[in-house]
Amino acid sequence: MKKIKINKTMKNDMITYGMVILAYIVVQLLISSGHVSSLIRGLLVPFCTYVIVAIALNLTVGILGELSLGHAGFMCVGAFSSAVFSLAYKDAIPGGLRFFLAILIGAAAAALVGFLVGIPVLRLRGDYLAIVTLAFGEIIKNIINALYLGVDSNGIHFTMKDALSLNMEEDGLMLIKGAQGVTGTPNDSNFTIGVVLILITLFIVLNFIHSRTGRAVMSIRDNRIAAESVGINVTKYKLIAFTISASIAGVAGVLYAHNLSTLNALPKNFGYNMSILILVFVVLGGIGNIRGSIIAAVLLTLLPEVLRGLSDYRMLIYAIVLIAMMIFNWSPNAIFFRKRLKQRITAGRKPEKEA
Amino acid sequence: MALLETKNLGISFGGLRAVNAFDISVEKGQLYGLIGPNGAGKTTIFNLLTGVYQPDEGAILLDGVNLTGKKTIDICKAGIARTFQNIRLFGDMTVLDNVKVGLHNHYTYSTLEGILRFPRYHKVEKEMNEKAMELLKVFGLEEYADYKAENLPYGQQRKLEIARAMATAPKLLLLDEPAAGMNPNETKELMDMIGFVRDHFDMTILLIEHDMKLVSGICEKLTVLNFGEVLAQGDTQDVLSNPEVITAYLGS
Amino acid sequence: MSFVAHLINGISLGSVYALIALGYTMVYGIAKMLNFAHGDVIMIGGYVVFVTVSGMGLNPLAAIIISMAACTLLGVTIERVAYRPLRGASPLAVLITAIGVSYLLQNVALLVFGSDTKAFTNVVPFPNLELFDGQLIIKSVTIVTVIVNVIIMVGLTLFVKKTKIGRAMTAVSEDKGAAQLMGINVNGTIAVTFAIGSSLAAIAGVLLCSAYPALTPYTGSMPGIKAFVAAVFGGIGSIPGAFIGGILLGVIENLSKAYISSQLSDAIVFSILIIVLLVKPTGLLGKKIQEKV
Repeated sequence: MKKIKINKTMKNDMITYGMVILAYIVVQLLISSGHVSSLIRGLLVPFCTYVIVAIALNLTVGILGELSLGHAGFMCVGAFSSAVFSLAYKDAIPGGLRFFLAILIGAAAAALVGFLVGIPVLRLRGDYLAIVTLAFGEIIKNIINALYLGVDSNGIHFTMKDALSLNMEEDGLMLIKGAQGVTGTPNDSNFTIGVVLILITLFIVLNFIHSRTGRAVMSIRDNRIAAESVGINVTKYKLIAFTISASIAGVAGVLYAHNLSTLNALPKNFGYNMSILILVFVVLGGIGNIRGSIIAAVLLTLLPEVLRGLSDYRMLIYAIVLIAMMIFNWSPNAIFFRKRLKQRITAGRKPEKEA
Repeated sequence: MALLETKNLGISFGGLRAVNAFDISVEKGQLYGLIGPNGAGKTTIFNLLTGVYQPDEGAILLDGVNLTGKKTIDICKAGIARTFQNIRLFGDMTVLDNVKVGLHNHYTYSTLEGILRFPRYHKVEKEMNEKAMELLKVFGLEEYADYKAENLPYGQQRKLEIARAMATAPKLLLLDEPAAGMNPNETKELMDMIGFVRDHFDMTILLIEHDMKLVSGICEKLTVLNFGEVLAQGDTQDVLSNPEVITAYLGS
Repeated sequence: MSFVAHLINGISLGSVYALIALGYTMVYGIAKMLNFAHGDVIMIGGYVVFVTVSGMGLNPLAAIIISMAACTLLGVTIERVAYRPLRGASPLAVLITAIGVSYLLQNVALLVFGSDTKAFTNVVPFPNLELFDGQLIIKSVTIVTVIVNVIIMVGLTLFVKKTKIGRAMTAVSEDKGAAQLMGINVNGTIAVTFAIGSSLAAIAGVLLCSAYPALTPYTGSMPGIKAFVAAVFGGIGSIPGAFIGGILLGVIENLSKAYISSQLSDAIVFSILIIVLLVKPTGLLGKKIQEKV
């Protein structure tokens, strides 16, 4: 019996990995045969970014069971920390190694911020937690928008006032120019690296879920009081899951930053609207369903581009589908109705007492 | 020496004295019942024993170790496990995983070993699966191992909650109204199972129950609680024939 | 003098937050849900007034009444269609749905009215108050907003304490199940709460747009979130708390804009939310709630 179960989760995970690899091969074939427009080709790296951050958020919403509206903030930390690193060492370190280090730096920076934010935030419950993560996301975006950072022969300079207050030498290099952000980041991202990062993310998240730690996290989600009663350290496991989730969002930010020559912290890319868009992916893909998040992120980014006429209505459709999905999946009446339906179907096969 | 001993335990909520001067002494291997009318403070005592509430005064000793003021998880590690009046399972997880969460502190490997699937992960997971299946078998739940816990029938959910508590390898098991919502047949089956758990695991059990048939059938000793205070204490038959107890239950 | 001017600007902004926060606090206090879309109902209220006044040339007072009616209808509809089916579901599901409704209202407004900024005409027909030979100007909108706030606050408190529906609201907020058993129509009571909250949103919309006359589909969203911060600051569920929290938040935001950094003022406002929740999660005037085991 238990053999069957383990094989089932293994098989499930394999399907998810396989789906990503298959999609990659199909896209590569389409590109080489010239069937992919330059518009879509430009979207390939953003696809990967969205997929990774959607998986990250699903870890928080679906597995940890807490709503974060601040994941765009963690993306922002990953993006800026890695972009600054890549810009500063643009000529000093060769491309491949530099990007590898940039990913580690982005992941570590976002993990650190996630950990620090998590300590106070995870003490709160439900609505408060959601609104406080939103607040943290906005604070991160605001601070980065006000930050000036430069490096010269005297070392690193930073200020929150203006570029002049940096007092840089002639030979200095401006890294972050306040609201103008970071310019000149090397374009190290590409589709292949994006897909590899998706696979690594999947490996980490799926293995995490099916481990001792993952079970502890899910037990807190399902019933905090019972989890405590069997000796689960609630704070510790919440913090582990949240930090990993933030770190992965940071990696998505690294990918995003190295696909652009100019990086700004705008409301539309790192504001709470972005956090909500990611949430839409997670809800539509199914809360707690990692594979669903991937499919939803790709479809919802692709559809409006393919159906140009629809693009005006894109957000409207997202909103309606989001509400409908929530009511269908979570309304007590709808759940009851589905249970009844299921019973009817099974009752058709073998006689069973009607509840 | 008694396994569980409380001395002068008390707690107030606002102006309400929920539990006052509560003393109990449960010997190792005993099946002990805690009864009393609704609102007498029975579940509050369980919450005090498991660190959900901190007592205003008094002491809790398990096997001579002072547990007063300890947090829930430390009390679990010290050896007290419980079930809840309103069943609290990990509903979205499988029956097997529910028990494996109970085993959490006895079979360990780090988060990193889990993510990177080190050999230790495979070894410990295998041991956990074997131990969990063994427990499920004891409770007759092995065929449900793959089910989501919330999809189990009610009676099986109660059993799973006990199995999960037993997975923490406790010295003392607290059962909060295990027969609530069960029909007479299910209650009979449950009685047998509680007795079996006591014998099989050499367990000490303290239970809250309203079903007098169950209480008089399996408990060796009883404490009756009324308005937060001990009304009577002693051997089951003596306590149940005590006129004060009868008055408290049936009114005068 | 400049400090006093900043202070007054702060009160002006804060009084708008307070008005929005009153709606938030009512719905949160009684339905126990964070109506994320409240700020967007305000935006819709603003557009209704804009269309009726600038487009159809109606009298501002008539426009406000139409706007209140429209928002009430909107609020009750949202509650009926989106929130009521989820009563008893997890708070997470309700919150995500509310975010969806917020998103929906913004995008409907975007399609109907376009993304361009509409210049809103001030509907408060009084002259500004000038003090010290014009060195200090208190806008009439500010005075009206503060007065409206006080009226609504007193009115709401009396309503909740003295009327039958008001007492039903208190009962529902304490325990939905017990209220139902006592013969209270829980769904109806929550619908009334939404109706009141949304009509307040219409008033807030008008005053917000009169004080800051630029109307876009996103006008309501940031003030909405900040008003929620104000409601938490003052103690969620508390009517005077919403007022005090709103005014304080407006003052803090304006003073930090003036003396610290305009870039960081939002960050400062949000930091206050975090500090309040960590130090005193019940806010200045809130009540404590404990989970039952």
